[in-house]
Amino acid sequence: MEQRVLIVEIKNLNKSYRRGNQTIPVLENITFDIEEGEFLALMGPSGSGKSTLLNLIAGIDKSDSGIIKVHGVDITVLTETELARWRSANVGFIFQFYNLIPVLTAFENVELPLLLTWLSRRERREHVETALRVVNLSDYMDYYPGQLSGGQQQRVAIARALVTDPTIIVADEPTGDLDRVSAKEILELMGRLNTEFGKTIIMVTHDPHAAEKARTIKHLEKGILNVHNQAHL
Amino acid sequence: MYIIRLIYKNAFRHKLRTSLTILGITIVILAFSLLRTVVSAWYAGVEASSATRLVTRNSISLVFPLPISYKDKIRQIHGVKFVSYAYWFGGIYIDEKNFFANFAVEPKSFLELYPEYILPPDQKGVFLRDRKTAIAGQKLAAKYHWKIGDTITLKGTIFPGNWEFVLRGIYQGRDKSTDETQFFFHWDYLNEALKKTAPLRADQAGFYLIGVNNPDLAEEVAVAIDKTFKNSLAETLTETEKAFQLSFVSMSEAIVIAIQLVSFVVIIIIMAVMANTMAMTARERIGEYAILKTLGFGGWHIAAFIFGESLLIAMVGCTAGIVFTFPIAKAFGNAMETYFPVFNVATKTIYLAIAASFLVGIVASIIPTWRAITIRIADGLRRIG
Repeated sequence: MEQRVLIVEIKNLNKSYRRGNQTIPVLENITFDIEEGEFLALMGPSGSGKSTLLNLIAGIDKSDSGIIKVHGVDITVLTETELARWRSANVGFIFQFYNLIPVLTAFENVELPLLLTWLSRRERREHVETALRVVNLSDYMDYYPGQLSGGQQQRVAIARALVTDPTIIVADEPTGDLDRVSAKEILELMGRLNTEFGKTIIMVTHDPHAAEKARTIKHLEKGILNVHNQAHL
Repeated sequence: MYIIRLIYKNAFRHKLRTSLTILGITIVILAFSLLRTVVSAWYAGVEASSATRLVTRNSISLVFPLPISYKDKIRQIHGVKFVSYAYWFGGIYIDEKNFFANFAVEPKSFLELYPEYILPPDQKGVFLRDRKTAIAGQKLAAKYHWKIGDTITLKGTIFPGNWEFVLRGIYQGRDKSTDETQFFFHWDYLNEALKKTAPLRADQAGFYLIGVNNPDLAEEVAVAIDKTFKNSLAETLTETEKAFQLSFVSMSEAIVIAIQLVSFVVIIIIMAVMANTMAMTARERIGEYAILKTLGFGGWHIAAFIFGESLLIAMVGCTAGIVFTFPIAKAFGNAMETYFPVFNVATKTIYLAIAASFLVGIVASIIPTWRAITIRIADGLRRIG
């Protein structure tokens, strides 16, 4: 029988925001696990807390209470500096608006996270070329983001997300700014990363077509996780 | 290298804004350097003064002369090595606008006392021998296209009449601070004429110039000289050459202070302009800083990007400002030679300009950096799109 390895363990997670004197709960008592090699889609209406949950798992926001363990490390107790170091080594980010640095070429954008490693210049080049090859952009490495289409820019962002070989890849509405054809390409690429490279992907989306590409879908409604998970294989 | 490249690319992302900021810094550094040079020029006489030279004048005012008989008494005072004497002649060359300092001096002792005025030996010999001759600084000679052998006529203001001199020497300054716009002729020539035309004004000197053996003795010698002539008809006031020069500068001290203040005010103004530029830049890029933080870059990296960009802009402007300072200072100095005989951009001024630019770059980036570092990643990412 195959051993289940949990890559993300979330227990009793709570998060609220303050608006003036009011405290607005966003996530309430969230508990769930994510297995290694999972492709999870978090769905829900606007304001349901799905992006907040993704940010907490990715270590770019702090919870009020609860535990988030990623690969055995409880990231809720890490300091800002420790979290920054942890993120650079363990998390790959894909954003809705690609979030590339416009003055850097595709190659330089992908190289960016590697600057925080001890890799030599030659090793960095090898990693970047491999990542760009995976996303089929080897011929565009000297192009600036402004010279690329939306789909190509998102592929550069995916290359940047996987170049450090992270533990998890988090994607926040990765197809939200793309046309249907480009969105399909991106989802297929993410599917390949999951199936061929075994990457654990957590994707936030409100697009059911995008969610269909995931193996598992979880719904968030007003900060509460829907217990009726739907598995797709 | 990567970070430097990114800083460079960021700095010139908005070419017009960056160019205008650089232009502003260039102009400010140019203005700062010129104003500082004007202040230095004001003090050029003080800077050029020697610690071994004293000036003795009438204690009432410089306007009142001293008897020439004081020369021998001063020479007898312990510690005195040279005694020379001179008169401010105040002659006009052709027109009042052609102002330059002209003195009647006792040439031999004067040139001994002022080795910084360098004359070729042959010219010096002729000058010392012939009392109708004069010497001029090379800047002054160049300005009026004088050459050796020319007859120069000065119209006397203090000593009426037309006074003719044959130019027999053109001196060069030994140091950068040596004034090369002065005109010297024989005190004897003046005195002989005065004996005929105004005998009561003859055998007098405007002031004495005294060389001492040792700078440590200067104070002691000054006191001794003034004591010698205490209760005489013409009491003396002896001070170091530096103090003597400073007494002239102090008359216009308010102007000098105003110029100094303005030179610092322009730096503060450009600091505000630069801070505004950097604040706009950081506000536009707050999303990018959030991305960098998301990828694991720390506060120090963000600070390096912002400070680096600010310093790059400031130092490019500074370099351009300094490069332009030298030719413009030269042109300014030539145009204002009458008022500023020595107008050189001092090394200290350049260091000050560099330090001021560095300060502008640092100060301008403090608040933008603080904002970029302290903003929550989630809030920063929300600004994108």
